[in-house]
Amino acid sequence: MKRLILSLLLLTSAPALAVDPAEMLKDPAQEARAREIGAELRCLVCQNQSIDDSDADLAKDLRQIVRERISAGDSDSAVKQFLVDRYGDYVLLKPPFNPKTWLLWLGPLGLALAAGLVGRAYYRRQRREGAAPQPLSAEEQRELERIMKDQG
Amino acid sequence: MITETGHFSLALALFVALAQSGLGLYGARRGDEALMRCASGAAVALMLLTLVSFGALTYAYVVSDLSLVNVATNSHSAKPMLYKISGVWGNHEGSLLLWVTILALFAGAVVLFGRHLPPLLKARVIAVQGLVAGAFLAFILFTSNPFMRLARPPLDGNGLNPLLQDPGLAFHPPFLYLGYVGFSMAFSFAIAALIEGRVDAAWARWVRPWTLAAWVFLTLGIALGSWWAYYELGWGGWWYWDPVENASFMPWLAGTALLHSALVVEKRDALKSWTILLAILTFSLSLLGTFLVRSGVITSVHSFASDPGRGMFILAMLTAVAGGSLTLYAFRAPALKAGGLFAPLSREGGLLLNNLLLSTAAGTVLLGTLYPLFVDALGGGKVSVGAPFYNAVFVPIMIPLVAAMAVGPLMTWKRTDLLGILSRMKFVVAATLLTGIAVWVLAGGRLGDLASAGGMALAAWLFLGSLWEIGERSMLFRASGPEVVARLKQIPLAAWGMTLSHAGLAIMIVGIVGSSAWMEERIQNMKVGETAKLHDVEIRLDSVSEVPGPNYAALSGTFVLLKDGKEYQRLSPERRQYRQPPRPTSETAIHSTLLGDYYTVIGEEAPGGGYVTRFYWQPLIAWMWAGALIMSLGGLVSLFDRRHRIGAPQGSRKS
Amino acid sequence: MKRRLAYLLPVLVFLGLLGFFFRGLFLDPKAIPSVLIDRPVPQMDLAALPGRGDTGLKSEHFKGQVSLVNIFGSWCVSCVAEHPMLMRLKAEGVVPIHGIDWRDDPVQGMLWLQKNGDPYTRVGTDPPPGRTAVDFGVTGAPESFIVDAEGRIRYKHVGIIDERNWRQTLLPIIKELQK
Repeated sequence: MKRLILSLLLLTSAPALAVDPAEMLKDPAQEARAREIGAELRCLVCQNQSIDDSDADLAKDLRQIVRERISAGDSDSAVKQFLVDRYGDYVLLKPPFNPKTWLLWLGPLGLALAAGLVGRAYYRRQRREGAAPQPLSAEEQRELERIMKDQG
Repeated sequence: MITETGHFSLALALFVALAQSGLGLYGARRGDEALMRCASGAAVALMLLTLVSFGALTYAYVVSDLSLVNVATNSHSAKPMLYKISGVWGNHEGSLLLWVTILALFAGAVVLFGRHLPPLLKARVIAVQGLVAGAFLAFILFTSNPFMRLARPPLDGNGLNPLLQDPGLAFHPPFLYLGYVGFSMAFSFAIAALIEGRVDAAWARWVRPWTLAAWVFLTLGIALGSWWAYYELGWGGWWYWDPVENASFMPWLAGTALLHSALVVEKRDALKSWTILLAILTFSLSLLGTFLVRSGVITSVHSFASDPGRGMFILAMLTAVAGGSLTLYAFRAPALKAGGLFAPLSREGGLLLNNLLLSTAAGTVLLGTLYPLFVDALGGGKVSVGAPFYNAVFVPIMIPLVAAMAVGPLMTWKRTDLLGILSRMKFVVAATLLTGIAVWVLAGGRLGDLASAGGMALAAWLFLGSLWEIGERSMLFRASGPEVVARLKQIPLAAWGMTLSHAGLAIMIVGIVGSSAWMEERIQNMKVGETAKLHDVEIRLDSVSEVPGPNYAALSGTFVLLKDGKEYQRLSPERRQYRQPPRPTSETAIHSTLLGDYYTVIGEEAPGGGYVTRFYWQPLIAWMWAGALIMSLGGLVSLFDRRHRIGAPQGSRKS
Repeated sequence: MKRRLAYLLPVLVFLGLLGFFFRGLFLDPKAIPSVLIDRPVPQMDLAALPGRGDTGLKSEHFKGQVSLVNIFGSWCVSCVAEHPMLMRLKAEGVVPIHGIDWRDDPVQGMLWLQKNGDPYTRVGTDPPPGRTAVDFGVTGAPESFIVDAEGRIRYKHVGIIDERNWRQTLLPIIKELQK
């Protein structure tokens, strides 16, 4: 709904220019990795932004620490693990696949399957009822009479 | 005095709304025409009262009446007039007043334009609208009254968040609300139908234009908000999967499904109980968005100052509206008779597939939005569900949907020959494959480019498929020229609308795929006179100057875009420092072309002299906004179809 | 009958959701639990504030007795509000308080302590990017940690320490650990 109020929460995070040229790594390949990792890490103080999008001081610190880890030779997953060890899974915008998130990751598939079952059930019922029209139940008979009366 | 009138009208409106629902329901039950006419009168009165109330609050903002808490906290006398007015709905209390005003306008519209509705249905629709309006009015009066006075008015107000002082955002909320609240019409019709126990083609024909209108507004509202995020936030993105965005996207998905399923009810008398359920769910999802954003249950970048007391009230309202209607549904829907038969491969089958996929999509967004709450409530701590999750799960749902969209309109009712259609469409199939291969080769032919090539092929498939349908209808290339023209003239506006909307989505996909696959970004420190490369241009920082604004001071940079050494365009982004509230914002400067946007941002002065600048090349992104506009335009065109004209007499329809 | 049950499904799902929403009203989505509980304090060797007379803050300083670590900074508005409480705790002498001057100019940090009073036993300075604060999983100031005599983090408190949360939460934990 309302994008209209960027709340007080946001006071700490002025827009634009999150990543500063001064903090960027010399090696473009490493910098690209840093950007990719940064986009998947949550800026903890500004809630739904990544540290890449945020101007908050903490986000800036975390960006620098990500770059330090990369320069030190850490792999992408080691860098993320470094922050998970300190802030928990909460820092990951893409939640890891574990028992706590099984339902989340498998949910969409489950929903699609459920939708498929609903569709199948619909056609089955239609075929059954369409092929051999069943006599009206007592309740349906009453319903029919009521409708006829309403229209009449 | 004017303020008091507004406040009094609001209080009176609550009673009128209750009378409207009571009289409507009781009158319809008794079949008492006088009572039902009273309900109609109440609806018109409610419309006038809320308008007076809204007008009074607007007046308070225009004259900056700082004795109102609401004005003092959200406005400032030095603000430009446009933002004084948009400030009315730029806060929790005022936006709710706008909500309920629009709701009352819709109910009033039923009275004024719905002369041909059966009186019982009409009375019940009006009654349900009154019930919803009453709940909202109580919410406003008891927890969020915009007419509260301050004992000691301040010298000036706090001002409106400068990010919101923007024309794009000024009109974004009213459009969204017209969408959300518009879906209340489908909801009221659904409840009325459940009470009556009857859903038929005529019912669907009355519901569809309201739903279509709401859908058009919501589409525009979401697009406007996304466009605003694109040019105002200066991050180059346009959609963040923030709960607040999801809150508007879920009703859109459900509403889109509703539009299509109501079509099946109208043409084939099938999917009736499903359509009723969708109508209930669409409006419930609109209310859910309100709850999520205003209760503080979910953290979002953009949220109103949240308050558990208000949260409790909205939750109670949600329980009454969604819980009550779903309970009614559980008892009454089984009595709705299934209608026309159809095979899975048929127009109805296609529309059912559309519905199942759109519901899966809406359910997925709901799951992602609420998942952090689920885990937390079960004691599992905190998890984040961000954009990477949605990007991973949403695309696979959209692919079959879009693929089916191109074929759906070509299918015939009841049963269809899919292979026959595909073989007739062999030109489209070939063009789609060619597009995919061409894009893949042009993009570099790497394995990683397959996704974007696939996306573009899908867009081509949908676009050409949509046009093909018009081609088949008009017997283009097969009949003589005059006959084609005659046939084109016979195509109803509703069909043109559908083609436009589908083609609009195709164009939108081009923009989404292009901008996310081939975006380029340059961030650097620039001194005046220095240049940086971006895509096919060089950008020179020509000058930086201080520019005063009405309620801010700006640092304005002038960039010259050079193409092959020649001046091609000048762009002047600003960094603004607003005075009240004291906040910096950045005004991007964008040069839009069909091929892509040149997007420039200027930041603070860097310590060693020079300025932090950020440039983006956003390929094809204009297609996205254009596509969204065309989509809504399609809805609008459909709305003008004679068969949809609100209140058109039922019997005059031929064919 | 089975068909009728299917129609009940939407309202049942909604009731389930409603339970979560209701529960959600009493949860704070911004309260992020620490993952560092029961883990040793991070390795640190923080420089002292100029002219304060201590030798800064090192990991081994947490061994031997229960202590409270407080993250502050001269830029931090809420810290000013919290400070009188910390001064009182110092006077009561229940537990030694160590300070980490986070994202701050050490000179400013020292001036701030001179102006507002100095409740700390030891103070270390953690200039940007605040590596030690990140090791502590800090998201803002003020934040405080209770560390036991073996130097393990036992409790994290986000926000201002006031009379109420001190009496109700922090003090009982400290008393228990000091037994």
